[in-house]
Amino acid sequence: MSPVPAPSDLPVELRTEALESILVEKGLVDPAVLDKFIKTYAEDVGPLNGAKVVAKAWTDPEYKARLLADGTAAIAAMGFKGPQGECIVVVENTPTLHHLVVCTLCSCYPWPVLGLPPGWYKDPAYRARAVREPRALLAEFGLELGSEVEIRVFDSSSEVRYMVLPERPAGTEGLSEEELVPLVTREAMTGVAKAKAP
Amino acid sequence: MDGIHDMGGMQGWGKVHYDPDEPAFKAPWEGRAFAISLLSMNRLTGCNLDAMRHALERLTPLEYLKNGYYGRWLLLSETLLTDSGVIAEGAVDARARTLRGESVTEPPDPVLNKPDYTATGPGSLRQVDDPPRFKVGEQVRAKDMHPAGHTRLPRYVRGRIGRVERIQPSALLPDTNAHFLGENAQHCYQVAFDSKDLWGADAEPFVLRVDLFDHYLEPAP
Repeated sequence: MSPVPAPSDLPVELRTEALESILVEKGLVDPAVLDKFIKTYAEDVGPLNGAKVVAKAWTDPEYKARLLADGTAAIAAMGFKGPQGECIVVVENTPTLHHLVVCTLCSCYPWPVLGLPPGWYKDPAYRARAVREPRALLAEFGLELGSEVEIRVFDSSSEVRYMVLPERPAGTEGLSEEELVPLVTREAMTGVAKAKAP
Repeated sequence: MDGIHDMGGMQGWGKVHYDPDEPAFKAPWEGRAFAISLLSMNRLTGCNLDAMRHALERLTPLEYLKNGYYGRWLLLSETLLTDSGVIAEGAVDARARTLRGESVTEPPDPVLNKPDYTATGPGSLRQVDDPPRFKVGEQVRAKDMHPAGHTRLPRYVRGRIGRVERIQPSALLPDTNAHFLGENAQHCYQVAFDSKDLWGADAEPFVLRVDLFDHYLEPAP
């Protein structure tokens, strides 16, 4: 095994451009293919997918039961699958049980439903503290949980990916599935927040 | 390996930087590095996701942290492409200097050296015919092991006793797959640890659940 690249004072933007230029010159990479990947993950695959799954689960008890029993299949049934979604387990928050998801070893995240991980999820402070002082961490996110709430933290160390099914907010009884979607944030589906109030 | 990547429980990082409105890629190069990495991991080098994660772990702590998440993705791509002989060592540095107007001789193309490895199926899930060694509800201990290579057994659970909560789908073992030493398909268990067993009597009360491969576990004494 060769050593890793020597530390370099070259700016990362320039190194990226250099690597792409070499790979394109060799005919190994088509810049248009890179553009397509970037567009897919910048615009198409994001937390809106997960929000649709949650809103459906809130309004359709039969779907919710399927989602909790086999998240991968129930999510695929809505058309969401792909890399980092080989096995998705959905865990339900209740008034007495709160789930929080982290990946301490890298930043594993359920891409098909939430998109690429946001900065805070990749922050060393989040990776380090979620498994050690989740209550203090959540308070910094503005989520104060009472002592009656059990906290369960999932460290995504295998290829299993976790998505939180947040509690349906009070006062949303009259809202349709479509009207509920905007209340579901990626923070709520990772467990650092509750779903938004209407 | 016991590297910078294994951050669970480390102290001293301060508060989480939270920006609810950040875009997927904060600068164009992050998107380029991301897309190049997806191709470098597999199609260009014949490597796999576990080798990719191990390439991250092989960065020095300073390199790992210096340019953030996509900065290390760029470096892992360089590592995998260099390891497999797709690009020469020093080629990226040389090209970067050329791009900024320096007169640099670029290194000659190396000999291709892709790993002798073919996945036995898509993704990482694999069928295992033997029944799981541990049952739901059983107490298990995470081994106190410190391999020099790749592992997905976080340091903070090593040596600690937990309880099997769920049998996860069986999958290939990252520890050997990352080094092209075989897939070693095996059972995987969701194991629960009490926070006080991880961090001492003064720890916040909570339960930690983590998915651990059979290879990482032994019966609780």
